Amino acid sequence: MRLSDLPKGSPAVVDRVDDAHAGDPIAQRLRDLGFVEGEPVRLVARGPLGADPLLIQIGSTRFALRRSEAARVTVRTEVAA
Amino acid sequence: MSAGSLRIALVGNPNCGKTALFNQLTGGRQKVANYAGVTVERKEGRFTAPSGRVLHLLDLPGAYSFDAASPDEQITRDVCEGVYPGEPAPDLIVCVADATNLRLHLRFVLEVKRLGRPVVLALNMMDTARRRGIVIDVPELQRRLGLPVVETVAVKRGGAQALIERVDGEVPPAAMAQADDAASRADLHAQVRELLAATVAMPRATAAIDDALDRWALHPVFGLGILAVLMFLIFQAVFSWAQPLMDGIEAGVAALGGWLTSALPADSALHSLLNDGIFAGLGAVLVFLPQILILFLFILILEESGYLPRAAFLLDKLMFKAGLTGRAFIPLLSSFACAIPGIMATRSITDPRDRLTTILVAPLMTCSARLPVYTLLIAAFIPQRTLWGLFNLQGVVLFTLYVAGIVSALAVAFVIKRFRKDKSEHALLMELPSYRMPNVRDVALGLWERAKIFLKRVGGIILALTVLLWFLSSFPGPPPGATGPAIDYSLAGRLGQALHYVFAPIGFNWQICIALVPGLAAREVAVSALGTVYAMSGSDDTVASQLGPLISQQWSLATALSLLAWYVFAPQCMSTLAVIRRETNSWRNVAITAGYLFGLAYLASLITYQVARALS
Repeated sequence: MRLSDLPKGSPAVVDRVDDAHAGDPIAQRLRDLGFVEGEPVRLVARGPLGADPLLIQIGSTRFALRRSEAARVTVRTEVAA
Repeated sequence: MSAGSLRIALVGNPNCGKTALFNQLTGGRQKVANYAGVTVERKEGRFTAPSGRVLHLLDLPGAYSFDAASPDEQITRDVCEGVYPGEPAPDLIVCVADATNLRLHLRFVLEVKRLGRPVVLALNMMDTARRRGIVIDVPELQRRLGLPVVETVAVKRGGAQALIERVDGEVPPAAMAQADDAASRADLHAQVRELLAATVAMPRATAAIDDALDRWALHPVFGLGILAVLMFLIFQAVFSWAQPLMDGIEAGVAALGGWLTSALPADSALHSLLNDGIFAGLGAVLVFLPQILILFLFILILEESGYLPRAAFLLDKLMFKAGLTGRAFIPLLSSFACAIPGIMATRSITDPRDRLTTILVAPLMTCSARLPVYTLLIAAFIPQRTLWGLFNLQGVVLFTLYVAGIVSALAVAFVIKRFRKDKSEHALLMELPSYRMPNVRDVALGLWERAKIFLKRVGGIILALTVLLWFLSSFPGPPPGATGPAIDYSLAGRLGQALHYVFAPIGFNWQICIALVPGLAAREVAVSALGTVYAMSGSDDTVASQLGPLISQQWSLATALSLLAWYVFAPQCMSTLAVIRRETNSWRNVAITAGYLFGLAYLASLITYQVARALS
């Protein structure tokens, strides 16, 4: 599932970040900011207009990502153990 | 390196409290704020350590990574690597990390360590971390990192003691420099995870208070409501709170002018220079100090509290549609105080296209230098009335002028977007930091800085232009037997009458035309210039406090509205154009900005004047 499709509040784990094109700087920055395999993420809020941007919590940091940015991140939802 | 001094560079992620730590160490007086990228200028300070050694401290812009994505990060990387022109490599790097946000900040610490220079890690905001129940095993972290680690609380007196003692001691040995490539980059995250697992216990990922506040502040309906109310309250306060203070300054200036000039013969040139030139001119500008400070008070508190990135989040979509970015909200809001810091703050916008658009529209934000003009005209022409039993009509007009600036900025940005060839994606990627209680000392320091800058302008350029204008409007004197006021025969009078041909269609009289010329240097000069022009043409001494009543008798409402419309757009500020040149390194951008703004100003005034005349 893409991070941009994640329902609000449900916990998930980052699978990978895909480059939208070769040498995609946005994807590289996402990885630098900690969007790497195995990190838990959560959708905290959506922007008021067109549900964009998204407020994503990763670790103890919150980032505002536009939908197109969040779409680069693939996540898997954890099944409650 | 001389034995007696040490060059230290302060680095860290945005929002790690680095600038507050810099203030604490050097007693330096610059802005501390809570949004990414406020530290856009090179800041250096020095302090003497207990050992007597002089430590030079360089405050570098916040960076998430050395894989630089903005001009800010580029500077930080180049200085740390010792390749920045004119900047010797630091002897020691102090890397600051927010103890409540180590997952993000430790990664950058590891990146800094790989440079192979001596590094000390300062774990900042340790008080907040303890309050939130975060436990950090500092000795173990130190051992695993192989770096000296100290705890700091930048916003508390004495909160940097441990850091001072550490940097005053032996310079720690440098770690081994390591190559920087994609594989080792991915490896950094794994190292951070390992470090966190071994040394940090966190009961909860975020502060409960942040979650609660964000539920309201970022709510699709309440969030926008809160933002709108906040903005409206600020502008009402600027108008109503400042009034008593302004009355006080007005009375003070008038009394001082009267007392100082009472000893001089009433018809001497010196009497005229002091009374009509300096006191009438400067008094007219000085009166606006309270309003400017109240506006800055709100901006500083919003900056410090961490609310501004929330506002950027709420408005991103709207601004994106208009061809801007949510990030532009912060520079544009600063531009309400002054376009110069606003334009400089655009350095934190990562996308060069977004940055240029923001710079081009920043002068449309109603800066505080327009307030003197607006206030003068509104007080003289708009009646004190209460609208719907709630709002002050004058406040509503002022608010409308601000809205006019914002709407036109969005429209201009939209046009720029349509004309741009490169349509590839723009990034937002913005951190929303924790809320913080604004620090009284930091806000007070910020206000003091602003007051100093304003008073320097009044005492410098505005004083010089006022005196120059007095000369131009006094000489040459009228021929013997002349009946009209002396200014009609002076150089300034003739210049004003020549310009009048151009400005007559938009309703400006020749006195306004004169005032616009020195007003090119700075907007508020137009008010002091009007004060001088009218004082010179009056038969008796007209001091600043009477300028309002005077123009309300002599100008039509259409003229006043037209001048208000002119000031929404006209780039009457040399410093802004100069800073655009410096920040974009292009005269073309300066010409585009000045050209489109003057064009819009003339058009808006023409429409306003003709419509107002037709209606009245």
